Amino acid sequence: MKKLLAGTALALIAMTGAASAQSAEGMTTCLITKTDTNPFFVKMKEGAEAAAEELGMTLNSFAGTVDGDNETQVAAIETCIADGAKGILIAASDTSAIVDSVQKARDAGILVIALDTPLTPADAADATFATDNFAAGLLIGQWAAGTLGDDAANAKIAMLDLAVSQPTVDVLRDQGFLQGFGIELGDANVIGDEEDPRIVGNDVTSGNEEGGRTAMENLLAVDPEINVVYTINEPAAAGAYEALRAVGRENDVLIVSVDGGCPGVQNVAEGVIGATSQQYPLEMARLGVQAIAAFAADGTLPQPTEGKDFFDTGVKLITDAPVDGVESITSAEGTDLCWG
Amino acid sequence: MEPILKGRNLVKRYGKVTALDHCDFDLYPGEILAVIGDNGAGKSSLIKAVSGAVIPDEGEIYLDGKQIAFKSPIEARDAGIETVYQTLAMSPALSIADNMFMGRELRKPGFRGKWLRQLDRAAMEKFARDKLTELGLMTIQNINQAVETLSGGQRQGVAVARAAAFGSKVIILDEPTAALGVKESRKVLELIQDVRSRGVPIILISHNMPHVFEVADRIHVHRLGKRLCVIDPKKHSMSDAVGYMTGAKVPEPDPEMA
Amino acid sequence: MTSQSDDFESVVKVKREEAIAEFHDDHKGFVKKLQHALHVTPSLVPLIVLVLSIGVFGALLGEKFFSASSMTLVLQQVQLVGIVAAAQSLIILTAGIDLSVGAIMVMSSVVMGQFTFRYGIPVEVSVACGLIVGTALGAVNGWLVAKMKLPPFIVTLGTWQIILAANFLYSANETIRSQDIRDNAPLLQVFGTTFKIGADEAGQGGATLTVGVIFMLVLVAVLAYVLRQTAFGRHIYAVGDDPEAAKLSGVNVDRVLIAVYALTGLICAFAGWALIGRIGSVSPTSGQEANIQSITAVVIGGISLFGGRGSIMGALFGAMIVGVFTLGLRLAGADAQWTYLFIGALIIAAVAVDQWIRKVSA
Repeated sequence: MKKLLAGTALALIAMTGAASAQSAEGMTTCLITKTDTNPFFVKMKEGAEAAAEELGMTLNSFAGTVDGDNETQVAAIETCIADGAKGILIAASDTSAIVDSVQKARDAGILVIALDTPLTPADAADATFATDNFAAGLLIGQWAAGTLGDDAANAKIAMLDLAVSQPTVDVLRDQGFLQGFGIELGDANVIGDEEDPRIVGNDVTSGNEEGGRTAMENLLAVDPEINVVYTINEPAAAGAYEALRAVGRENDVLIVSVDGGCPGVQNVAEGVIGATSQQYPLEMARLGVQAIAAFAADGTLPQPTEGKDFFDTGVKLITDAPVDGVESITSAEGTDLCWG
Repeated sequence: MEPILKGRNLVKRYGKVTALDHCDFDLYPGEILAVIGDNGAGKSSLIKAVSGAVIPDEGEIYLDGKQIAFKSPIEARDAGIETVYQTLAMSPALSIADNMFMGRELRKPGFRGKWLRQLDRAAMEKFARDKLTELGLMTIQNINQAVETLSGGQRQGVAVARAAAFGSKVIILDEPTAALGVKESRKVLELIQDVRSRGVPIILISHNMPHVFEVADRIHVHRLGKRLCVIDPKKHSMSDAVGYMTGAKVPEPDPEMA
Repeated sequence: MTSQSDDFESVVKVKREEAIAEFHDDHKGFVKKLQHALHVTPSLVPLIVLVLSIGVFGALLGEKFFSASSMTLVLQQVQLVGIVAAAQSLIILTAGIDLSVGAIMVMSSVVMGQFTFRYGIPVEVSVACGLIVGTALGAVNGWLVAKMKLPPFIVTLGTWQIILAANFLYSANETIRSQDIRDNAPLLQVFGTTFKIGADEAGQGGATLTVGVIFMLVLVAVLAYVLRQTAFGRHIYAVGDDPEAAKLSGVNVDRVLIAVYALTGLICAFAGWALIGRIGSVSPTSGQEANIQSITAVVIGGISLFGGRGSIMGALFGAMIVGVFTLGLRLAGADAQWTYLFIGALIIAAVAVDQWIRKVSA
């Protein structure tokens, strides 16, 4: 149902985008991403470029040097204001610190859309186009519980999170997974406060292979009988798999993840990862550019997905071992949609 | 007698400043030659020119009658001219033996030396110990102790011993007693005479007139970028020397000393 | 003459003894002796800290921590930092610092992977190319430091970013998957080969060593030999201690510096090879923190950031201390933040000890 709604909204936006194509011609739009090295943002940029070209708009791209680089993003916003841009699409590195600059841009009559990462507070931007990370976690949690069946009651779960600072995306995916698995949450804004004995422990991975492997080894030392591994993203999952392979456990542990990058989807196809929730950066950027075109044409503001405070750009579960009651697509279908 | 080290018409300019102005220089075998001069007279440029630290713009330098042109202190050292710098040029954290052999380490014979590049520590330590004993410096207990654990006089002693051990032709000492107390200066002066008694000539740069007059055989007075005169410490007083240095007094020509 | 001079010394000594009360002297004697022992053997402090921390965590956690499998797991987890820290030690001994070590490591691993998979070059040749690239990048650092007389911090701050950017541009941030490497170029993962000693029938427990761990230990042993037993090693210390003095003593300071930076680049390239063994894949986003982690290990290992002091064993112990704390605190169920807190405290303590040791006198 939810998906259907999202789909309808997509179609609506796409139509308004097409309708306003004429009037947006020659206008400038800015895209500001966290880095231009992460394939997720590379794909986002591709989507924005394609959409801008289709609408005859000029796209100026900016990116921070590293994730967390607020300064460069502030400078980018200032450049966009000076440039007379109609809209800014931003994946903010520091969701609070950027707010003042965003306000300046809005005061200058620019439509600001937060991509992928909501600002703090979320209404600091005119709209947010993002993956529902809680839903992404929920899907893999439900899939893992469904795959284990009755054994889910005795599962031993390792939680491989992102960073000690617990950024929003980290919390949402983690808590979504636990809820989907059927574990009672503590404070839904905090990682690691659950009392359920099935959770062996949490560790941080920095979202890369080395971190994933080390964290997995640590938790295996706590309890060598772990049989479910949640990972923040697919590189961390690949690292965890190496750690499991080193102790000969790679075939009897379920690994679930979030992202849907091409190497990750291929890992699903080869059974390294049991299931992953795929997000759609290209779609995010394309819809963002179209929304700006619509706004430039007749002042139409983008509307959030019904029941949410942001525009959900969709998420799909990818697995080759589907579970009843959890909608999913195969890795082959996922490969067509993957990024990076 | 031929000088062992001879400089003729040495010129060194730094921009518009002429540090050496057609300067001559002679060091005879077996002597201690003191070089004195006011600050800025150019004596350190002179010393750097003969020790390879500075390349003169004009003029010739002869060692043992052969003309030489050093491009670096290393070349001068290889030719047998050792310099003890005022800073001593030692690595404080390294041992006495390490410092004595810095840049000219001995390797073990055979496979371990040739292929594993292994140092012959035993030989280097024995050599260092022997040299220090020869010069009466064996109040130093442990040849492997770090140089920074030594007193100022002991460090100076090690530096002089290093120069004496390797300086086959000439040893240059730059202000060896400047940073030392009375007792330690005493000891270093004895060390200097001890080294001279082995037949190696010494160039001593110093501001300390009593020290200069105590040990020097001849005194080269440097003024305005050139050799003003060479005096015999037995025939002149310290106040004469200071007078020549500062220009307050004009020296009588003394053909014997030049 | 000689005996007379000895008298001067003895006069001074006698007087000093008179001036100081005897029991006071004894007390000072112990602290002084300790200070002296640490001065002579600088890796003693991190070794003591390492043994103590293993003891404390062993007592707290029992078998779970104090077992062959956990102890060797620490070695596996610190192998990359250990290898890079060994390289970093050489640089820091020359009173330099290298912020580009992690970037060189990743770049080398990317070259090894991309040359094999993108261009179809035989894997042995690609590995050699990766090692050459690492060495060359290090040599560039060394040339800028030695010949252009630029401060190492600035040089490597620059090359760090240049190499990382080049790495991302060249690789397009493309990960080469573990499975593809295993099927087509297993040589790239050779550092991940494991040996189990004393495992049970299911292959669980017991000590687990990898080629990477053995490489790290052999590397440290070889570098310890080079530093202690060869002229090149002594020159590294002399350059770090006082480059001017080293130059005047006849050390070719520039050549030593370039050689050290190039050697560091080569070791980092080996670390890049070991990185592939460790994570299975070739991932351009790895190793971003290797510079800070290696400097941390070196500092905790008692190597002075001012150069010329410390032993490379210390860097290995430093890396292992970090590993023991990380694993120990995880097993104790502590939050990951505690690890950072303890490591931070250790860094400051290590530098304080270094300053104290430096005050040693005869």
